[in-house]
Amino acid sequence: MILGAGTAGTMMLNKLEAELSKDEWHITIVDQFETHYYQPGFLFIPFGIYTKRDVMKPKREFFPPGVDVIFSGIDLIEPDSNRVKLSNGKTLNYDFLIVATGSKVNPGETEGLTGEFWQKNIFDFYTIEGACNLSHFLKYWEGGKMVLNIIEMPIKCPVAPLEFVFLADWWFTEQGIRDKVDIEFVTPLPGAFTKPKASQIFGDFLEKKNIRLIPEFNTGRVDGERKKIISWDEKEIDYDLLVTIPTNMGDSVIERSGMGDELNFIPTDPFTLQSKAHENVFVIGDATDLPSSKAGSVAHFQADILFENILSAMDNRPLRAKFDGHANCYIESGFGKGILIDFNYDTEPLPGKFPLPGVGPFSLLEETKMNHYGKMMFRWMYWNLLLKGAELPIESQMMMAGKRV
Amino acid sequence: MSTREIAGQTIDLTDEGFMTDYTQWNKEIAEILAKEEGIESLTDRHYEVMEFMRKEYEENGTAPSIRKLNKLNVVPTKELYQLFPGGPAKKAAKIAGLTKPQGCI
Ligand SMILES: Cc1cc2nc3c(=O)[nH]c(=O)nc-3n(C[C@H](O)[C@H](O)[C@H](O)COP(=O)(O)OP(=O)(O)OC[C@H]3O[C@@H](n4cnc5c(N)ncnc54)[C@H](O)[C@@H]3O)c2cc1C
Repeated sequence: MILGAGTAGTMMLNKLEAELSKDEWHITIVDQFETHYYQPGFLFIPFGIYTKRDVMKPKREFFPPGVDVIFSGIDLIEPDSNRVKLSNGKTLNYDFLIVATGSKVNPGETEGLTGEFWQKNIFDFYTIEGACNLSHFLKYWEGGKMVLNIIEMPIKCPVAPLEFVFLADWWFTEQGIRDKVDIEFVTPLPGAFTKPKASQIFGDFLEKKNIRLIPEFNTGRVDGERKKIISWDEKEIDYDLLVTIPTNMGDSVIERSGMGDELNFIPTDPFTLQSKAHENVFVIGDATDLPSSKAGSVAHFQADILFENILSAMDNRPLRAKFDGHANCYIESGFGKGILIDFNYDTEPLPGKFPLPGVGPFSLLEETKMNHYGKMMFRWMYWNLLLKGAELPIESQMMMAGKRV
Repeated sequence: MSTREIAGQTIDLTDEGFMTDYTQWNKEIAEILAKEEGIESLTDRHYEVMEFMRKEYEENGTAPSIRKLNKLNVVPTKELYQLFPGGPAKKAAKIAGLTKPQGCI
């Protein structure tokens, strides 16, 4: 049984369906919604590059024929009795469970965020509603101070906030109002990004683009009336437009089921992807508590590993495939260019060429037009290859070849 | 990695000054580390929080997050920032003799 038919659940469904014998195994997948959103596309909506239509498709298009699909909320997982209770009243039993319920933003976690000004001059772009509302707002905005604020880590796609300000710099320039807009990037991290080399390079990009970086700001509350974000230690930053990345958390069903940590992420073996608490429960994608990035590309690399390990578990064999924390992210940097980073648990992003050593066509940690095409191509790959569980021309383990140390 | 003589004891430290062996810790060490972090004196409340963190560390191998301390009603986030001004997660771990809390990405 697979819980969640987002990026990770859909990939696992397609991989397993193609492999497992129909006489022995029956696969069921459960999700509450019938529409699949391409979340990386949310980044482009505020700037009118994509519309809502460009990022949605019916989930059914990605389900192979013959699998049991249930559209219902998941109320409770009872891993001690191998049982799942759905909000449509049904109770289902399983032999093996894959939890792929993802992560979502919870603006309600921050005092004052969801008050009267939410979606008026305070927006998120991690939801389709937020991205669309922000797009309307920006269309008519005449300038002022825009603050991009990460409330707390970890967040999914940790580079998306940087991409947002890079694109905003480009977009305001295009609109002819860049000189009327101040952009500030306010983060709880000590720099622009988590990993030292990339952090420094992104920091330089921010400076070059005249975007002010305010590190180590831990947002405690928002005062919408006075248009200020206030840190736990009472520092204040004012804004005219606040674009916030609210606290990211796993779904509440994980909390109800007693399976999560304080952010509802499930303690998971970082290498085998087995849940730490239950042998027949596996976790993939944003739902895990792993220190790898929460990203679709990461879920894709995990899917290769999890596929092998599930088959081993079904045969009662040891779990041999090991996830290395591999992440590969195209970062839109504005003006038709992009940056690419490739890293894992142990190796931080390094410069070089990708995926072919010395050749590319993509350049690591450098701004090129080709990297931008990679980013835009990702949507096609996502719909046509990734979700369907097809092989991509990238290894699931990170390669050192092509990287300069 | 380095060692240091402190309060008549030798302790092992990382380059960033976090103790690598929490069993080498005692209250005299804590008082000295606290001063170096700009906290003049440690109150019972400081110790209450640190003792909890040390217990968690012993059980799980990592220091609890600020959010966890808040959720388990050990100490509200606001108060934690007052007790350990600056970066409470790192500061409290350092003074409590624990390794640096894992950063997330
Ligand atoms: C703005 C933005 C930009 C991004 N950019 C990139 C990028 O450039 N590159 C990249 O690789 N990744 C990017 N990502 C991240 C990527 O989209 C996610 O990491 C990926 O979708 C995670 O897949 P998942 O299957 O774990 O979760 P999801 O795809 O979110 O799926 C979770 C599913 O579980 C279902 N579910 C959850 N709880 C319940 C319940 N109780 N009952 C029923 N159903 C439930 C949900 O309905 C959902 O369908 C971006 C994300 C955002 C928000």
